[in-house]
Amino acid sequence: MEERLLVILPHPDDESFGAAGLIALKRKANVPVTYACCTLGEMGRSMGKPLIANRETLKDIRKKELEQVAKILNINDLRMLGYRDKTLEFEDEEKLADHFEQIIREVKPTLLVTFYPGYAVHPDHNACGEAVIRAVKRLKREERPTVYCIAFSNDRFEHIGEPDVEIDISEVADIKIQALKAHRSQTYSIVEKIEEGGKDLPQFQQFFHKETFWIYPFDDEK
Amino acid sequence: MEALKPIDPIRVQKIIDSFLHKEVYIHLETTTGAYTSHHNQNSMTIVAFVRNAKITFSQGKIKGTGPYRVGLKTEEGWVYAEGLTDYTVDEQNRLLMAGHDRDGKLAIALQISETPFS
Repeated sequence: MEERLLVILPHPDDESFGAAGLIALKRKANVPVTYACCTLGEMGRSMGKPLIANRETLKDIRKKELEQVAKILNINDLRMLGYRDKTLEFEDEEKLADHFEQIIREVKPTLLVTFYPGYAVHPDHNACGEAVIRAVKRLKREERPTVYCIAFSNDRFEHIGEPDVEIDISEVADIKIQALKAHRSQTYSIVEKIEEGGKDLPQFQQFFHKETFWIYPFDDEK
Repeated sequence: MEALKPIDPIRVQKIIDSFLHKEVYIHLETTTGAYTSHHNQNSMTIVAFVRNAKITFSQGKIKGTGPYRVGLKTEEGWVYAEGLTDYTVDEQNRLLMAGHDRDGKLAIALQISETPFS
């Protein structure tokens, strides 16, 4: 079966923090990548230093940043789904799952990346992951992609154990840095730190050298 | 793209007055950031926003020496915001006011417009 990667995440920059390395590696191997980004992060708090954005312009600024990042990561198919930042968990769960199901059935991914419901801190992250899992459960077992979940809540190891997948992303670390930098309105403080000390600072070792994922355990597949 | 600039209270007062007795839409928001309690388990994440509430105010003032407070007296109540540092009037004639911390992160916003915010 031909490999295809589908990434479904709620905010522009979620892909760069959590999966830029995986995406870049897949594109190097010529695997088609679709990225469905649910919102434009229009309720983000960072407005730039000096200020470059305001509450009303942030949406367009982040949209442009996302388009730029899609070029940097060489994503073939970028979809902006048009939901509003911070509101995903208040949408009708079934309808959200319908929307994701439609995308999954069309793209037919072999691998899907989303957030681990319950272990992804931000309410939009958890709601996005939950609806993706709901959508995948509707597929027949043999149609389902492998689902790689991103988890970073403080209690993750206690509940879901160690990650199932650890990917060495050293060879594409520079692409990941470029992607993060391109989300400038949101990442300027982190970029400042990277530029001061370089990506080999101890706190960035993990960040630029490996990405980790949990494979979602569907009950009926156990 | 319009960035906000430090509040000039005299100018802002005049702009607030220009909305007096008109039906206006407001966006009022405050946020600690969605990750506050993730980074520090002793603090709470607090976020609230109201977008496109329609109000009419008969009196509106900006007070303080910066950060500033704005209070709008409506027909049956009040709209209040404290911690405002920056403002602009954008190309759609909307008054955008916000309070930012040293890192440029928005902590509060109060915006007034004669047309709904998109």
